[in-house]
Amino acid sequence: MSDGKKISLDDICHVAKLARLAPDDARLQKLTDELASILAYVAKISAADTEGVEPLAHAVPLVNVLREDVIEESLPLEKVLQNAPDTDPPYFKVAKILGGDVDSGG
Amino acid sequence: MSFPDTLIAARDAIRSKEISAVELTRHFLHRIERLEPRVLAHNSLYPERALEQARAVDDGNRTGALAGLPIALKDNLCTSFGTTTCSSKMLEHFHSPYDATVVKKLEAAGVVFTGKTNLDEFAMGSSTENSAFKTTRNPWDTDRVPGGSSGGSAAALAAGMCLASIGSDTGGSIRQPAALCGVVGLKPTYGRVSRYGLVAFASSLDQIGPFGRTVADAALLMDVISGHDRKDSTSVPGQVASHLAELDRPIGKLRIGIAREFTLQSGMDPQVKAAVDAAIAKYSELGAELVEVSLPHTEYGIAAYYVIAPCEASSNLARYDGVHFGHRTREPVKDIIELFSKTRSEGFGEEVQRRIMIGAYALSSGYYDAYYVSALKVRALIKRDFDEAFKKCDVILSPTSPTPAFKVGEKTGDPLQMYLCDVFTVTCNIAGIPGISLPCGFTTGDKPPKKKLSGPVVSLGFCLPSTSKASTARVYQVNAVYRRQIELEANSETEDDEAILEAG
Repeated sequence: MSDGKKISLDDICHVAKLARLAPDDARLQKLTDELASILAYVAKISAADTEGVEPLAHAVPLVNVLREDVIEESLPLEKVLQNAPDTDPPYFKVAKILGGDVDSGG
Repeated sequence: MSFPDTLIAARDAIRSKEISAVELTRHFLHRIERLEPRVLAHNSLYPERALEQARAVDDGNRTGALAGLPIALKDNLCTSFGTTTCSSKMLEHFHSPYDATVVKKLEAAGVVFTGKTNLDEFAMGSSTENSAFKTTRNPWDTDRVPGGSSGGSAAALAAGMCLASIGSDTGGSIRQPAALCGVVGLKPTYGRVSRYGLVAFASSLDQIGPFGRTVADAALLMDVISGHDRKDSTSVPGQVASHLAELDRPIGKLRIGIAREFTLQSGMDPQVKAAVDAAIAKYSELGAELVEVSLPHTEYGIAAYYVIAPCEASSNLARYDGVHFGHRTREPVKDIIELFSKTRSEGFGEEVQRRIMIGAYALSSGYYDAYYVSALKVRALIKRDFDEAFKKCDVILSPTSPTPAFKVGEKTGDPLQMYLCDVFTVTCNIAGIPGISLPCGFTTGDKPPKKKLSGPVVSLGFCLPSTSKASTARVYQVNAVYRRQIELEANSETEDDEAILEAG
């Protein structure tokens, strides 16, 4: 963990892009300060002795739960579309995806 | 006519025809009408639907273990009626196309749904102040918060606007508001209750659970809502023994673990500490054995939680992109990426955006091992702490919240201050073990501090060996006895909540 390095405004802008968020400039600065403080706090986990400890993603031992690949009851189309902001049934309508200089956000 | 104020009393009154379901529902609808403007517990109310459901019970067309009993649902549980908003602008007009499994089970048991209750937006918060719509007030003192994130469910019950309610708990979101509002709140073992239809916040931590006036009510609700569900692949397989039946088993000797790290916790309100110490003494009097235990990794609990939960949240909340449902920006956009960014910036509140950002940062290349993987290792250590402690005791006791209900606005200036409210509750979610919050007294000015018990609850071998069943019985039984004692003391000291809300 980079203890010495504080999160910068550039870091925040980068993360915002990854998270598909677009806070305004005032918010961005505030977020930088807030995140710096929170990340400094959570960094204390690096003080725990985790030598030889396996990461535990789940509290209960789970294995993949499978079922037979058969078609079962599913939502009817009108229900699927009922909350959509813009549709051309059976399609959802959105802004263009391809063409122009789409930022990959990477 | 005096109305029953517990599920069990009301159920018996309806069955013996002492009272009709419609009369009971009308009583609660009337209370909602009178008290809701001051408590602000609900996002949406369904009085006509409720009366219809009650009539069906009286006509004999609707039956079940909870037939005719008015219950409120946290507004992050999908219902095919009304809206499911998660108290967010993102889902303000969202009509779920399906019912959550828990909702279906309650419906089948004959429940009368009163309304959907307010919460911190997307269940992120400890005071209900992060709701995009309004801040629910603590019925005991409307200048104070009800806790969060299930503040609405806790407040609705505490104010007598329903007989019980359902919430969700990711880091304490049932137990802490239960504590601050003076009701019983239970977070079950992870996987005990199906999460299908619970809007996901942090999938490895989220659990749905009951709020009740008594432990018996919570147990009755658990009997209805728990059980394996093939629609939730994290649902624990196997038969669930009756929680309510466990209450009648003999107590035996209950070993209560007192964790030295909890005792040494700083920032504890002295009145909370005094009330919890009194509770410990009372349990001793009732025959419990006190055992000192250690949970050495307690100090890393909040830090680990505020890495794991935001990481999982950043993934779960990626689906809110304005494409298929929910809010979509009306601003002009040049491409799909801008559609996403503008929609999400408009639809999500500050705390939600903050947590998504923390999660995205902690999961990003270069930081993933340092934050997320480290947090998962700490998780393993925390679970190990509990496994070791439960070899020496049956339950672990602590205050639920280090402070009684705080004033609205008191902790909103610093997000970290708010996070520290969860110190006693998060480790249960991290380890997947159950936790229950029980009222144990009052501070001056009638703000109840609460006692929490963490322990095995019919876990069927996932957390503990099968001896856990006997412990469960003891926990519930002792608590039932304890509560009767506390009730007697409380009634002699203070007025009931109806009177309190009536004044001023």
